[in-house]
Amino acid sequence: MDTEILARIQFAFTVAFHYIYPPLSIGIGLIMAIFEGLYLKTGKKEYEILTRFWLKIFAITFGIGVATGIIMEFEFGTNWSVYSKYVGDIFGSALAAEGLFAFGLESTFLGILLFGWNRVSPKVHFISTIGVFFGSMFSAVWIVVANSWQQTPAGYHIVGEGLEARAEVTDFWAMLFNPSSVDRIIHVWQGAFLAGAFLILSVHAYYLLKGRYVTISKKAFKIALVVATVISLTQLISGHSSADGVAVNQPAKLAAMEGHYNKSSAADLYLMGWVNNDTQEVTGIGIPGGLSFLVHQDFNEPIIGLNAFPNDEIPTQVNAVFQLYHIMIFIGMFLIGLTLYATYLWLRSKLFEKKWLLKIFAFSVLLPQIANQVGWFTAEMGRQPWVVYGHLKTNEAFSQEVSSNQILFSLILFFVIYSILFLLFMYSLNKKIKHGPYEEAENPEEFLKYT
Amino acid sequence: METFLGIDYPTLWYLVVGLLFSGYAILEGFDYGAGAWHLFLRKDLSRRIAINAIGPLWDANQVWLIIGGGALFAGFPVMYATMLSAMYIPFMLFLMLLVLRSAAIKFRSSEKMKWWRKTWDIIYFVSNTLIAFLLGVVLGNVLQGFEIHEDFVYKGGVFFSFLNTYSLMVGCTTLSIFMTQGAIFLLLKTEGKLHERLSFLLRKGMIFFIISFAITSLYTLTFLHGVTDKFKENPVFFILPILAFLAIANVPRLVSKKKYSFALIFSSLIMAFLLMLVAFQLYPVLLPSTINPGYSVTIYNAASSQKSLGIMLTIVAIGAPLLAFYFFFLYKTFNGKVKLDDTSY
Repeated sequence: MDTEILARIQFAFTVAFHYIYPPLSIGIGLIMAIFEGLYLKTGKKEYEILTRFWLKIFAITFGIGVATGIIMEFEFGTNWSVYSKYVGDIFGSALAAEGLFAFGLESTFLGILLFGWNRVSPKVHFISTIGVFFGSMFSAVWIVVANSWQQTPAGYHIVGEGLEARAEVTDFWAMLFNPSSVDRIIHVWQGAFLAGAFLILSVHAYYLLKGRYVTISKKAFKIALVVATVISLTQLISGHSSADGVAVNQPAKLAAMEGHYNKSSAADLYLMGWVNNDTQEVTGIGIPGGLSFLVHQDFNEPIIGLNAFPNDEIPTQVNAVFQLYHIMIFIGMFLIGLTLYATYLWLRSKLFEKKWLLKIFAFSVLLPQIANQVGWFTAEMGRQPWVVYGHLKTNEAFSQEVSSNQILFSLILFFVIYSILFLLFMYSLNKKIKHGPYEEAENPEEFLKYT
Repeated sequence: METFLGIDYPTLWYLVVGLLFSGYAILEGFDYGAGAWHLFLRKDLSRRIAINAIGPLWDANQVWLIIGGGALFAGFPVMYATMLSAMYIPFMLFLMLLVLRSAAIKFRSSEKMKWWRKTWDIIYFVSNTLIAFLLGVVLGNVLQGFEIHEDFVYKGGVFFSFLNTYSLMVGCTTLSIFMTQGAIFLLLKTEGKLHERLSFLLRKGMIFFIISFAITSLYTLTFLHGVTDKFKENPVFFILPILAFLAIANVPRLVSKKKYSFALIFSSLIMAFLLMLVAFQLYPVLLPSTINPGYSVTIYNAASSQKSLGIMLTIVAIGAPLLAFYFFFLYKTFNGKVKLDDTSY
């Protein structure tokens, strides 16, 4: 295989694997901060138990997130040297700011968070939790800013030509607040909150089904449910706003997301379907003119289609982009339905009566994870063939001096090490869940009274 | 070109990057160094204590690598891209060893089975040792220069060409200075029999360092061309090697007096002075070309725009005091001997 394909596979594999963990850390971090805040306010033991329990799971998630994240920082240079030179002036300052402002905050306070229970006061410990949580949120900001700049470049000019060409920053704030960054930061944060909230929902639903740790699980479930419901609903707003931005800034990507080829005609909105790239047709169920309506609030307004662009400036994998995007939408809708229904039952005081619902929640942990992954794949594959939209193509951006054998070597090693890491993560997560938040006395309800 | 206090921006950024890598070497130096002694500690409890000595600190110490890498990417993108892609295999190995090392710290003590702990102990020891070694290997290659053609095009790079006599020597030097640093750090954190064992190991470490350092220095002066030119032009900088030698001589003295905090400061100074020596000798070159000095990567032809450097210097001016405060607070909280509790690894 050639160097470009291998470099792309390696990047996709390492970044997708990495992206299992940081969203979980951000999401668990939020709810853990709520637990600890409630503990400080009420002094109730159950919130302390919940905080300490989720801290243990947070620790592994965060650890693997950091370990796999460092690799990403250096992989730009090893595998994408042309790209690195091209974007360094812009991308670099975002990465440097991430390190100083975000990672510096989260990883110093992490030590106190994990090992400081007996060394600092509860208040200082709570501040450390908040510090780590904010740090992880800021990390997301800088990384998403850098990626958004690749989607919708702003505040720059191009200097030099050919191999020497590179983007230089002209306006830092315009670069920072490029047309897609705010929408995407919020969208990514919300995806992360959902990943964490659904892990917590899932674990406590599992305990409730087993009849273990019932009192604290009900509390934790309700808190996570509030977060999940609010975020699923508002995710719709940031998602819509993101798509509006794509319509304006990256029309070819939007056209690929809905499989819309005609140069200029009303575009349909599909619920599901299959894109045939040769016949340029979509077979599926959808609302005729639906996409036109969402973008322009008019079913007949034309949308720019893929055929309006030169052949070498549109994504080749239209069907893949279409499918990935629709999986994300489908999951998003499902989560809204699920959380709204659970909230409705809660209001009627019947939340924990339906076993089948708890079972769905127990498995639901996978859904935000899948949605986060396919969402990013849509964004990145939809941008192809560009790595920096409109300026630098992916097939020009990789390191020419690295041989395919070298990448094959590292790819195999990554695959082996990451597989082991994933197994360890699952094993240790499972063990911590099975062990539970505290040693169960004969009667768990009694235990809580005395502690 | 824009300047601040009479120093141009690329030079300022060169100092920032140098400072970050020195911080990385000093702080992660004792982390990796402590790990490189791991199998020399025999009891399971000793090994647990050694891991928990760096337990709350290593994640924070790693920040210096992350910021250093970011700063290199941001300020000297050409250097970042050329070095990393030219040194593909050593950097990939380095990164994967970092992952394995993190996993070993997290998972080693999570199970009681003997085979489990033994396996992780070996992984932990090997990854720390090789990381310390590889950092020196990369430095050794940078000092010798790369086959860089016009427009920073790198040629060469057979699979294992990064392993050559000189880079192996520098690798031994970094490993041995890290091991010295690590043993002193562990002495600060331990008591009793483990403490005695470590002070025995530290003596071995210092001998290892002095031998590696002497051989590497001789080789450098004999075979690397022009390493002394800069010093002949600016004799005042002879102060750097002199300071480095004084620091090296001072460490065994302080250790024999059992003043371990000061010993740690001076072994950190050894690294700082040696890195300054390298930085001064290279300046303004970052990556020498072996074909034509005109093709070398320098801080001027590799630098980001003045505008970008200005923004980043502002970011550093705001961020550095914050980071200093976080580190002060963290190290103050975990000052003193290791005490294992239910939150320990």
